[in-house]
Amino acid sequence: MLADKDRIFTNLYGHQSPGIDAAMKRGDWDGTKALIEKGRDWIIGEMKESGLRGRGGAGFPTGLKWSFMPKESDGRPSYLVVNADEGEPGTCKDRDLMRHDPHKLIEGCLIAGYAMNAVAAYIYIRGEFYHEAEALERAIEEAYEKGFLGKNACGTGYDYDVYVHKGAGAYICGEETALIESLEGKKGQPRLKPPFPANVGVWGCPTTVNNVESIAVAPTILRRGAAWFSGLGRPNNTGTKVFCISGHVNNPCNVEEEMGIPLRELIETHAGGVRGGWDNLLAVIPGGSSVPVLPKQICDDVLMDFDSLRDVQSGLGTAAVIVMDKSTDIVKAIARLSEFYKHESCGQCTPCREGTGWMWRVMERLVTGEADKSEIDMLLEVTKQVEGHTICALGDAAAWPIQGLMRHFRPEVEARIDAYHTKKAAE
Amino acid sequence: MTTAPAFVWTAENEAAAQKHIAKYPAGRQQSAVMPLLDIAQRQNGGHLTLEIMEYIADYLDMAPIKVQEVATFYTMYNHKPIGKHHVQVCGTTPCWLRGSDDIIAACKKKLGVEMGQTTEDGMFTLSEVECAGACVNAPVVAINDDYYEDLTADSITQILDALANGKDVKAGPQVGRQTSAPLGGVTTLKDFASEGEGA
Repeated sequence: MLADKDRIFTNLYGHQSPGIDAAMKRGDWDGTKALIEKGRDWIIGEMKESGLRGRGGAGFPTGLKWSFMPKESDGRPSYLVVNADEGEPGTCKDRDLMRHDPHKLIEGCLIAGYAMNAVAAYIYIRGEFYHEAEALERAIEEAYEKGFLGKNACGTGYDYDVYVHKGAGAYICGEETALIESLEGKKGQPRLKPPFPANVGVWGCPTTVNNVESIAVAPTILRRGAAWFSGLGRPNNTGTKVFCISGHVNNPCNVEEEMGIPLRELIETHAGGVRGGWDNLLAVIPGGSSVPVLPKQICDDVLMDFDSLRDVQSGLGTAAVIVMDKSTDIVKAIARLSEFYKHESCGQCTPCREGTGWMWRVMERLVTGEADKSEIDMLLEVTKQVEGHTICALGDAAAWPIQGLMRHFRPEVEARIDAYHTKKAAE
Repeated sequence: MTTAPAFVWTAENEAAAQKHIAKYPAGRQQSAVMPLLDIAQRQNGGHLTLEIMEYIADYLDMAPIKVQEVATFYTMYNHKPIGKHHVQVCGTTPCWLRGSDDIIAACKKKLGVEMGQTTEDGMFTLSEVECAGACVNAPVVAINDDYYEDLTADSITQILDALANGKDVKAGPQVGRQTSAPLGGVTTLKDFASEGEGA
């Protein structure tokens, strides 16, 4: 188990004040000026060395992402945009980071922004997080009052602003280019790439979009050193991670743990174990709703990191662990996710707009068994026609849960169809 | 027949609107359309009208259709009157696994309305929402700006009762639990937790 001294988010649960004085006692805003004065190349170099991979789901190396931003301005300003549009089913970690430990994020915005030569950061937070947005606004105000933000931020001679922008209920805005569109005051429909945001982002200017957790861990990584962070976890899967453990466990919770912790240990140490014991486990969705479900036999010894979960044809995603015990109607659990994606498709690309609804309707029939077995292969074929054929990854995200279900629970789906037809014939 | 008075910002909301516009670079005032729609909806008692959207379009120098596109794309903008308390039940898989069907049934029974409907006295509108993003505190219901967490059919019924009677209700977890920490006590950061007690 990760030692408390290696935990970054010491106020994860809000036992202490989120205010700036308490935050400074916890180590935030300590020597920020000195970190900045080490220079852009040093900051980006350390972030690369730390091995930090983006905490929003895709796992792209954060330091490398920062290095894509222009070193010299061509006259356009650069921006940092923080993706706080948390809404991947199962995921609720950024909420805690913002309401209980907001200064880690605000300080991270300054340091990351400086490293990318940005003039300002915009934190795009989902509109439902009303109180979390207020917590951020308060923290930003405190930081301005202390001279940590604004003109000559932290006495570095560098001018930097941080703003909060509230969304209004659209999962798709968690996709970085949809988020940028939304920040410009438009419908949140993703943009074709290229051009990539680092070249043409918000208001046509170079932009980097990072997840809340990725930015919030940066100051601690820089203070404690890349070697400390990369010494945790496994190669290519370093550091700590905030896990969200929901569903059929005795004590659902968020917890910061070491990357690569065995799934079973994570659940049993922190969430009080699976309801009814480990043997009562049916399946786990290990990284938020879009990653494929894993049956118990894989959960028995799988490790919780990017590469381990990729190797079992799933993913770490946002590290949102959705646990399902043997009482679960697994077909219905996945069908509800299909309904979610149908609801959240932005409607721009035909395969997703039409496909998500089509897949959901078939899934609903599979829940009752009112289907023909040949429709399973047809459904899988449609998931393949949606996957990879849309501007953004929402189509993929809608396809993967169904593919995971059929990979591991096809006999269950077929048995249900048989049962339906047997019952029908008897009537 | 009376016509509703034309929509104009209150002084306070005008100041708030200007504060939002000032966040964005000069000439990029369109970026403020979402916060302004939110402020206007609150001023108007919970929903938007065509007139309000046109007012905001004019205020931000946008084509009215562009404002309507935004106002109809995002789910938090309402286009018909809603109750004083907007009861938004999350029914996505993590909440469903923890019993959101029971919560929905309890809300329907208590309020006597179906999804999408408003009670006759105008006090409550019942909606199902997609993932509220508080999954380790499932099942979750958002009522206006507050999240009510770790609910049971009994606890949501009591909450609705209290709201109907104009009483204050404590938001957050409805069981003895510190935010997203495990029920029964933390498994990590015990020293930090105890330092913070009484804080």
